[in-house]
Amino acid sequence: MPKTFLIDTSRCTACRGCQLACKEWHGLPANKTKQFGWGSHQNPQDLNPNNYKLVRFSEHLEDDVVRWNFFPDQCRHCEVAPCKETGDLYREGAIVQDEKTGAILYTDGTRKFSKEQFEEIRESCPYNIPRRNEKTGILSKCTMCNDRVHKGMLPSCVKVCPTGAMAFGERGEMLKLAEERLATVKKRFPNAMLADPDDVMVIYLLTDAPENYHSFAVAAAPQSTMDRKRFLAKLARPVTRMTEKA
Amino acid sequence: MKCDRRSFLKLAGSSAACLSLTQLGVSLSPVRAYAADLKIDGAKEVFTVCPFCSVSCYAIGYVKNGKLVSVEGDPDYPINEGALCAKGAAMFTMTTSHHRVQKPMYRAPYSDKWEEKSWDWVIERIARRVKDTRDKEFVTRNKAGQTVNRIESMFLLGTSHASNEECALTHQFARGLGIVHMDHQARVCHSSTVAALGESFGRGAMTNHWIDIKNADSILIMGSNAAEHHPISFKWVLKAKDKGATVMHVDPKFSRTSARSDFHVPLRSGTDIAFLGGMIKFILDNEKYFKPYVVDYTNASLIVGKDFGFKDGLFTGYDPKTRTYDKSKWDLELDSKGVPKRDKSLKHPRCVFQLLKKHYSRYSLDKVASTTGVSEKNLLRVYEAYTATGTGTKAGTILYALGWTQHTVGVQNIRSSGIIQLLLGNIGIAGGGINALRGEPNVQGSTDHAMLYHILPGYMAMPRGDWGSYDEYNKANTPISNDPQSANWWQHKPKYFASLLKAWYGDSATEKNGFGYEWLPKVDKGEDYSYLFLFDRMYRGEITGGFFMGLNPMNSVPNTNKIRKAMDNLDWVVCSELHNSETTDNWHRPGADPKKIKTEFFLLPSAHRLEKTGSVTNSGRWLLWHAQSIKPQFKARPFGEMYVPILNKIRALYEKEGGALPEAVLKLDWPKAYDPEDLCQRINGRFTRDVVYKGKKYKKDQQVPSFAALADDGSTSSLNWLYSGSWTEEDGNKSLRRDPSQTKMQAKIGLYPNWSWCWPVNRRILYNRASVDLNGKPFNPDKAVIEWKNGKWVGDVPDGGWPPLASGKGKLPFIMHQHGMGHLFGPGRQDGPFPEHYEPAETPVDKNLFSKQLHSPCYKFVTSAPDVLAAPADPKYPIVLTTYSLTEHWCGGGETRNVPNLLEAEPQLYVEMSPELAKEKGIRNGEGVYIESARGRVEAIAMVTIRMRPLKVHGRIIHEIGMPYCFGWTTPGSGDSTNRLTPSVGDPNTTIPEFKACCVNIRKADKLTELAT
Repeated sequence: MPKTFLIDTSRCTACRGCQLACKEWHGLPANKTKQFGWGSHQNPQDLNPNNYKLVRFSEHLEDDVVRWNFFPDQCRHCEVAPCKETGDLYREGAIVQDEKTGAILYTDGTRKFSKEQFEEIRESCPYNIPRRNEKTGILSKCTMCNDRVHKGMLPSCVKVCPTGAMAFGERGEMLKLAEERLATVKKRFPNAMLADPDDVMVIYLLTDAPENYHSFAVAAAPQSTMDRKRFLAKLARPVTRMTEKA
Repeated sequence: MKCDRRSFLKLAGSSAACLSLTQLGVSLSPVRAYAADLKIDGAKEVFTVCPFCSVSCYAIGYVKNGKLVSVEGDPDYPINEGALCAKGAAMFTMTTSHHRVQKPMYRAPYSDKWEEKSWDWVIERIARRVKDTRDKEFVTRNKAGQTVNRIESMFLLGTSHASNEECALTHQFARGLGIVHMDHQARVCHSSTVAALGESFGRGAMTNHWIDIKNADSILIMGSNAAEHHPISFKWVLKAKDKGATVMHVDPKFSRTSARSDFHVPLRSGTDIAFLGGMIKFILDNEKYFKPYVVDYTNASLIVGKDFGFKDGLFTGYDPKTRTYDKSKWDLELDSKGVPKRDKSLKHPRCVFQLLKKHYSRYSLDKVASTTGVSEKNLLRVYEAYTATGTGTKAGTILYALGWTQHTVGVQNIRSSGIIQLLLGNIGIAGGGINALRGEPNVQGSTDHAMLYHILPGYMAMPRGDWGSYDEYNKANTPISNDPQSANWWQHKPKYFASLLKAWYGDSATEKNGFGYEWLPKVDKGEDYSYLFLFDRMYRGEITGGFFMGLNPMNSVPNTNKIRKAMDNLDWVVCSELHNSETTDNWHRPGADPKKIKTEFFLLPSAHRLEKTGSVTNSGRWLLWHAQSIKPQFKARPFGEMYVPILNKIRALYEKEGGALPEAVLKLDWPKAYDPEDLCQRINGRFTRDVVYKGKKYKKDQQVPSFAALADDGSTSSLNWLYSGSWTEEDGNKSLRRDPSQTKMQAKIGLYPNWSWCWPVNRRILYNRASVDLNGKPFNPDKAVIEWKNGKWVGDVPDGGWPPLASGKGKLPFIMHQHGMGHLFGPGRQDGPFPEHYEPAETPVDKNLFSKQLHSPCYKFVTSAPDVLAAPADPKYPIVLTTYSLTEHWCGGGETRNVPNLLEAEPQLYVEMSPELAKEKGIRNGEGVYIESARGRVEAIAMVTIRMRPLKVHGRIIHEIGMPYCFGWTTPGSGDSTNRLTPSVGDPNTTIPEFKACCVNIRKADKLTELAT
């Protein structure tokens, strides 16, 4: 039975314990960041090879009341992951899915993807998650702390969360919890919703319209050209392999 | 199951707590790249406590082969349950960083470089500097001819980063040398809390504790940004909210706290008393108070003497020349037996209740709205929601922090909340209280151990020149009550004082020599030796040298330009630090010429929390032991291993050479080596001879069982009476207790009486006898704290074990107060018995709508050349500035800026401003700006945000901006001290500076030199 995260943004205080715990557990180095030309608490500005998890901040006025939404962004570990599908076209086994946990994992083999192939993989992700290390070429993103999970431990971000904004467990239980929390949150926020709960292993509970959190809070349909590209790529698959072997 | 929070896997049918991987039958294939063993596999787990805010989360250091491999939250600890915030989560890289100061360093006078030195070399040289300064500048008598035995020209600042044991030790160190300029972070963060809560209820601490917040029906967060500065507090705030509590946030800025509250109300900085005064009026006008509580447990019914009065913003007894009040004008009327007169009908025109009504009758909604910038609608929204708790069966709690404390009216801000909570019957109950969210890592402990000029450990007054002997001290400081219903607990003070002196001077302290009282330094009556005055004297060249332990005043004290120059006047200075900071490296700050700076700098590398053993006290007064995970890295040492050998070296010099009052130094009972366990025991206290106490025989040097065993005959010693009972013969070190068991009654409110220990006597909710009626039955049986059942109290440890009042043998519940009642009328404060709105020292308005008195008539200030203030409503400085912290950095930032992962999250100094102001000034988000006050200029990056709102004040728009103060020049490109803008003005009671409100202007920067672009 795969595992699932529930990220209840109605409880998130953006303390960034998760963002930091992720870096510490994975031993990721710090980026040089700046407020100059940026002016936001969201730092670093975007996901990158050194940040698998990033708390996004988004503010707007609603009937003169401030709404400040926090979105701890990370890989959704899709049930059927477009990044893996795309990657498999070029190099099977570079991106894998752990059957036990459902985690989508980028292995060392991802370094063999070309820059263009990476772009294709990234474009295929409905949540704009994959990032590439320019130096090593390795692709990176949230690992679900798969090593911890196998040992019965919570992912670092979930364990560190002070307010219970993040939960992790068996998919069935998390779906049930998500529905319960949604019912509660809806009393205050009638438009509250679960983001793509049927397709992903990281379910966000949103109290506000998805675009008021982040452009990729819910799945963005790949552009039609991409669909075409993927379709073509799929057709060309055996050829690619053969070329490689040659 | 024990490992519930450690693991999420359901170990169905298994009784084993945790199973290994193979037992679980997990196959690692096919996950090739991620099949490695965990870095923490097989590691030793060591319990430690996060070194930042006073939630004091427990964490586990994972150690393999003597090396730290990871740090995570402790899932079993009932307060943080495994969670940590951004800072806590970064503890691993924080500890292992090579950026730290690694060796003792020395900077010679006029030199432009640091030199590495050995510990022996620096200790010897420091000892010599201390002794020479002390011998040369020791003051035996003051101007009045009183014996004072002090050294005024030497100081010790710090630190709440130290453990309780180190605080107890350094306090003894300082007083032993005769230092009077002793202070630490508590002065600038929560000193007003102690003065205000002490005046209101008798003790100066947070009344309840972190978990108890979940019991509230209504939560008012005001003057605090709890979600950002005490992130784990929100675990408990949200638990209350889940059960239906209303969470309100009143604060100038819409912050992460506001985002998770039911609603946010912006107000102008420095107008909290107006806001709260309006609430007091609302409670009285609408009879929202809980009458039985007000009548029986507060001083509402006491009659105030005829001399009391209030006119034109001044109470009676004011002397404009000295800017002080003659407080005898506010005395209570006593009967022939010396017991205060009471009118329980509350009708007497001079009873406190009627005076309160009269005083706040002026706080009408329109005046409050016009002063604070809060609309009448929003005022009523808060007033109605919060005061609904005044029923006896509902609980309202107030969470506040530096937004209230750091004002020229800081004490009275908090006093206002004390009045509200007493009127509503919210003190002593579960889910109630005033939760002063203490900041610094061990600031509750360092305050209890009194690293403050004006008190001794356990909140006893610092000896004064006019209290010439031990007996005179006791006479002046021991209150007397003739009321049989008053416990008047401070009547026992001489026992605590004698035991402290026995602990300090050992066998040399005898009844005959007043336990060595003569050797103690004495301050002058009314003289102020706190931060602001110390640095002012330093600026004037009156200070020779001293110690900065784990604090960074060159970044965190107001008017930093002045403070930085002041430091150049020192001959020598010792800094104990983790990293080079704006303080340790002041001699080569931007714009300074090292060749002209005479100061000799000693920089001692400090051990990090995970490298140290000892106890700390969290905000809720829980005593928490942290064990050493790894040995201090590099050549770092705990503070204790610096100060013990330094004083031993000084003692050796006095032994050999003699000097100024050598007895004061040589008679100290001072350890040969630093031993935290021994010190922790000495804090609890020991018998100094064989004694029979309560029928039980104790031998000399055995631990006293509680403070009730302390005596004034020299038979006991204790470094802090409040902590007596924490380490006993019977139960050992109680700060190690990890037993979650509770009775059903205790579990209902999450009391955890068997987990660690808290002062006093493991009482978790202070003043809890006010939670029951005169028969000892809880006002709110659903959330009972204590109850009188079958002839005894059950639940929490009662605040005084006497039977209920109705029995005729009972005592009033506020036992630390002379008259046993909560103080609506607080005659002990310097600036009045009732809080009154005054404008901040710098204000954008030129009149006060409540009286003719614009500013606090008593606020403190210094008068050196750089101490200039903008005129009221000065058009050059029309904008209100407030300053604050943020989650990712700690206070002055000297530690967290050097943790790259934290700097990544908050890299540069910013200024939060409204889009309206930005438009007015032509500033765009992300641009560089200058912020200027009458004292200095600071560069920052504009963060234009709707979270700052223009406020309508006195009929016009006033803008407020906010800036953090955690950035400094030693982190290049991050910005420099925001406190170059703030003024050296302070509260009249505790001289806490007004960091939270001053006046500035802002403009687009033409060139940035402090910030990376």
